[in-house]
Amino acid sequence: MIVLEGVTKVYRMGSVEVHALRGINLQIAAGEFVAIMGSSGSGKTTLMNLIGCLDQPSSGRYLLDGIDVAELNDNQLAAIRNLKIGFVFQSFNLIPRSSALHNVEMPLIYAGSGDGRRERSLDALQAVGLADRARHQPTELSGGQQQRVAIARALVTDPAVLLADEPTGNLDSESSLEIMKLFAELHQQGRTIVLITHEPDIARFASRVVRVKDGLVQSDTLQAAYAQ
Amino acid sequence: MNIVEALRLAVNGLVANRLRSALTMLGILIGVGAVILLVAVGNGASAAVQAQIQALGSNLLIVFPSSARTGGVQGGFGSQQTLTFQDVQALNNQSAAPDVVAAIPISNSRGQVVFANQNWNTSVNGTTQAFPQVRNYTVGQGAFFTAEDVTAGRKVAVIGPTVAQNLFVNGEDPLGQSIKINRQLFRVIGVFDSKGAAAFGGNQDDLITVPITAAWAYLSGGRNKNVASIYVEAGSNTTAAKNEVTQVLLDQHKISDPAQADFSVNSQQDIAATASQATGILTILLGAIAAISLVVGGIGIMNIMLVTVTERTREIGIRKAIGARRRDILLQFLIESMFLSGLGGLLGILVGAGGAALLPKLVSALPTPVVSVPSVLLAFGVSVGIGLFFGIYPANRAAALNPIEALRYE
Ligand SMILES: Nc1ncnc2c1ncn2[C@@H]1O[C@H](COP(=O)(O)OP(=O)(O)OP(=O)(O)O)[C@@H](O)[C@H]1O
Ligand SMILES: [Mg+2]
Repeated sequence: MIVLEGVTKVYRMGSVEVHALRGINLQIAAGEFVAIMGSSGSGKTTLMNLIGCLDQPSSGRYLLDGIDVAELNDNQLAAIRNLKIGFVFQSFNLIPRSSALHNVEMPLIYAGSGDGRRERSLDALQAVGLADRARHQPTELSGGQQQRVAIARALVTDPAVLLADEPTGNLDSESSLEIMKLFAELHQQGRTIVLITHEPDIARFASRVVRVKDGLVQSDTLQAAYAQ
Repeated sequence: MNIVEALRLAVNGLVANRLRSALTMLGILIGVGAVILLVAVGNGASAAVQAQIQALGSNLLIVFPSSARTGGVQGGFGSQQTLTFQDVQALNNQSAAPDVVAAIPISNSRGQVVFANQNWNTSVNGTTQAFPQVRNYTVGQGAFFTAEDVTAGRKVAVIGPTVAQNLFVNGEDPLGQSIKINRQLFRVIGVFDSKGAAAFGGNQDDLITVPITAAWAYLSGGRNKNVASIYVEAGSNTTAAKNEVTQVLLDQHKISDPAQADFSVNSQQDIAATASQATGILTILLGAIAAISLVVGGIGIMNIMLVTVTERTREIGIRKAIGARRRDILLQFLIESMFLSGLGGLLGILVGAGGAALLPKLVSALPTPVVSVPSVLLAFGVSVGIGLFFGIYPANRAAALNPIEALRYE
């Protein structure tokens, strides 16, 4: 359960202040599939980073499963990022010179779970259809494959919330469709998914579309007939 | 994350940058190798000197002339010849010095020795009949000269085996042969048994002894009756003997205040202590010079770790975003730098020890270096410590990175 109350984010660069978020109120229930849309610079990534506990709001409150994130220390935040949230970045962000398998294993290594790590990682790769590319380095994979490795890495700890910042932004329409089918499947399995996109084609997979403009929620609509 | 995982991550990081890791390690390798080798050379010198002093025998006292204080002016060491043959006779007086077994004078110089067409340069020692007893030499062939030979100043010589080998190359019997020492004819009446090579360059078999009276008369041109030093064989009570020697010589030299003594009486322990002090300083000096290169190696590690952290900022951001804690990142980079320096240190130990084994083969004059276990352990510990010390700052910088900023880093 994600609750944002009057969340703002101000970036200071010297004497210039950039108000990236100006008071976001948003509730996302468990099991929802939310697409966040908005023009470039509207604050989508900033919002996503806050939800993913990578950053803290300048004011307002962010409650994750009833816990005020501002009260958590560094290690607790790291644990949330590790176990509760799976993050898929716009730019893949795989660790270079490490195999796909090693990349997927990484969250489990930091979680300290030794048992069955190899199997769980291979399962996650299997789930994104890349079991046969486990030993490949990121540079030996196509863009779509790299993004799927990133998704496998986000899934491997079996997190309740999956956050994806334009996961198809760098992909052709065919690969995009494949990835979206994967998300739809994960949603079906009961995961909460928050996904940023510019494309209406992608947004139609979501059960709810939130539009952001100039750091504020502009509209919030349920889509009864979302693609499955 | 446990240590094994952290180690694996660190090794992955290092293997990904093989050349750079190897070059960084080289800095530590050279530093540790230099410390091990130079300390081993210092230790070797010290061991050799100690062995030579030990070979003198523990009941030996050596009297050297020392600067006589006259009217508050102190001359340099050995600036005056204050020891005389009468001193030796006084020391051999049983009633005055009951704990002295025997005392002999030594008047030594380098001399050119010739037999037939063979030449040899050696140490020529003028002394008395008690020389073999005091210095622990045995005469294998022939006999040592007698008190009568000394009194009469006969031109007889007892030679060391090295001298014999180099003069009598055709297997002649040395006994009864006439050899020329500084152009003066001496008759060989004995050959010493071999005492084996002395450790520190010197060779105890390479010497000639002649009656001191003959040395004065024929070898130093009869100008002075010089006694360079007196060797005293003490009985079981070395301390008592030392006191007696001091007293007898003070009386002989008519000095009432022992502080004004114009000689010094040294036991083996005294000489050993002085020598080990000197060689200890040598070892420390050598070690310190080498330690500087170790510090330079450490700075190299810090430099490379800072570059690595900067270069991998984005990677650190990714790791933090997927759940790495501060200490996970800290540990990874610390282990990386400690692994670099530790492995460099291990290789340095091998190189240093190998160099120590090889050095005597290249430079034969050098005493055999002694690689000491404490210096090896210390060098390894220090190199790992260097990795820790110089790694902490870069690792901390990595661990403190804000994940969002790290992810944005290009
Ligand atoms: N670290 C930062 N420092 C200063 N300003 C920032 C920083 N991050 C974002 N901003 C500013 O905040 C605003 C919102 O940025 P954000 O990245 O959230 O936009 P976005 O909606 O994700 O855009 P896009 O669709 O192009 O990715 C922008 O005006 C941006 O310039
Ligand atoms: Mg964005």
